Amino acid sequence: MDAQFPMPPLDDDSRPFWEGAARHKLMIQRCKSCERHIFYPRFICPHCYSEEVEWVEASGRGKIHSYTVVHRAPPPFQSQVPYVVGLIELEEGVRMISRIVGPREQIAIDKAVSVVFEKVNDELTLPYFRLAE
Amino acid sequence: MRSERIAAVVGVAESDLGECHGKNVLMLQAQAAKRALDDAGFAKDDVDALFTAANWAHFPPLMLAEYLGLKPKYVDSTNIGGSSFESHVAHAVIGIQAGLFDVALITYGSTNRTNRGAFHSSLTLKYEDPFGFPTPVGHYAMAAMRHMHQYGTKPEHLAEIAVATRKWAMLNEKAFMRKPITIDDVLSSPVICEPLRLLDCCLITDGGGAVVVASARAAARAKKKPVWVLGHAETVTHYSVAQMPDLTVTGARDTGRRAMAMAGVTHDDIDVVQVYDSFTITVLLTLEALGFCKPGEGGDFVSNQRTAPGGDFPLNTSGGGLSYCHPGMFGIFLIIEAVRQLRGECGQRQVPDAKIALVNGTGGTLSSTSTLVLGRD
Repeated sequence: MDAQFPMPPLDDDSRPFWEGAARHKLMIQRCKSCERHIFYPRFICPHCYSEEVEWVEASGRGKIHSYTVVHRAPPPFQSQVPYVVGLIELEEGVRMISRIVGPREQIAIDKAVSVVFEKVNDELTLPYFRLAE
Repeated sequence: MRSERIAAVVGVAESDLGECHGKNVLMLQAQAAKRALDDAGFAKDDVDALFTAANWAHFPPLMLAEYLGLKPKYVDSTNIGGSSFESHVAHAVIGIQAGLFDVALITYGSTNRTNRGAFHSSLTLKYEDPFGFPTPVGHYAMAAMRHMHQYGTKPEHLAEIAVATRKWAMLNEKAFMRKPITIDDVLSSPVICEPLRLLDCCLITDGGGAVVVASARAAARAKKKPVWVLGHAETVTHYSVAQMPDLTVTGARDTGRRAMAMAGVTHDDIDVVQVYDSFTITVLLTLEALGFCKPGEGGDFVSNQRTAPGGDFPLNTSGGGLSYCHPGMFGIFLIIEAVRQLRGECGQRQVPDAKIALVNGTGGTLSSTSTLVLGRD
């Protein structure tokens, strides 16, 4: 691993997300009041301001809303270029930044993807996505 | 036009620009402030409100006020990224309208080029940084990729903007990059984040700027003719592009409409346009959002060097963030150039008989927009 990897600080907002990833589960939030899904995690629902937000496991399926192939990377990632960062729209309707792994030439906007888990180090596993079968 | 003459820009100036070895952000702001006050014919004691946007200290406006020897009646350090200064002008007009002060000094300074610092990863960025998502360029790249997917926009369209902006810079002796470039030069420059290449990206320079806004009463004793703030509007739509409601539409759709309505002008009334060009895609999205063309038609709109000198849509006449200077937050330089155009001070890059200018700042990662409509008598 490169030096200075930006390890995410754990807090009460995010802990279930990171702990879920470590168990190979993609955890997002859902508002009990307005029933909309929420990502990134928040203390209150950004749609209706309800405090009744719960954690649910996402299906792990989604599609590529947009992406970029990174050729000039921040220092901790320079040895990995080129790599693909995607904006994934999950089936649940929320969007998240992630990596898209697999054959680059097949990656395109609107293509279906599914989650895979990548162990970055002993403390961190990240949800990545690959093109769906 | 039905807008009231409440307040006017009466002084503008840059500090030293480009590579400013040995200068710090306070020196650059003091230099720009002095020059802008000289431009207005005002003295230090005329200033009774101070505006700045910064993150170089815990409390930048306090340190700046102390450094400048000011004891302002009013202080505003709104920081919504590169569009902050358009908002500062708007907030100054509101303060003047409320009778709180007469003369506002707005300053900015950065040593982005000689003193490059790292961004800190925390709070909501922790869901993005571990994936190696480059900020800001990756965000703009995703918007560009989405626009290309939805509308068939091509890298050649974006290159048109880079080339046209460079042509304006060639007419500005203060511009950092003045060597002519071609569409092929842009398309063969190194890829940064697909689809954006090096020449789609703004410069990284040092520099500062200052703007003096005065009440109608104070403007009457200024050295230069007033450039009235006829309309203003601001908004924030998101922080990260991951939360951007529509990757192809910026908040300028809303702020442009509101600012133009306040000014009582239509698109046809506007003689010269300055929009934040952090990346070429920023310009294309902004022109669409402001309604100068329909969604998806930005590529055609900028084709055939329409925005270059001699074209029928003079845009970013200073050479913009792409070629003139870009010290981190460019918004203040959009105002400086618009004011100079309306005063007729732009020499060989002067847009003939410019009476109304539209300025649109964009901050963060297409996150905030702030629009001004400026006009002379």
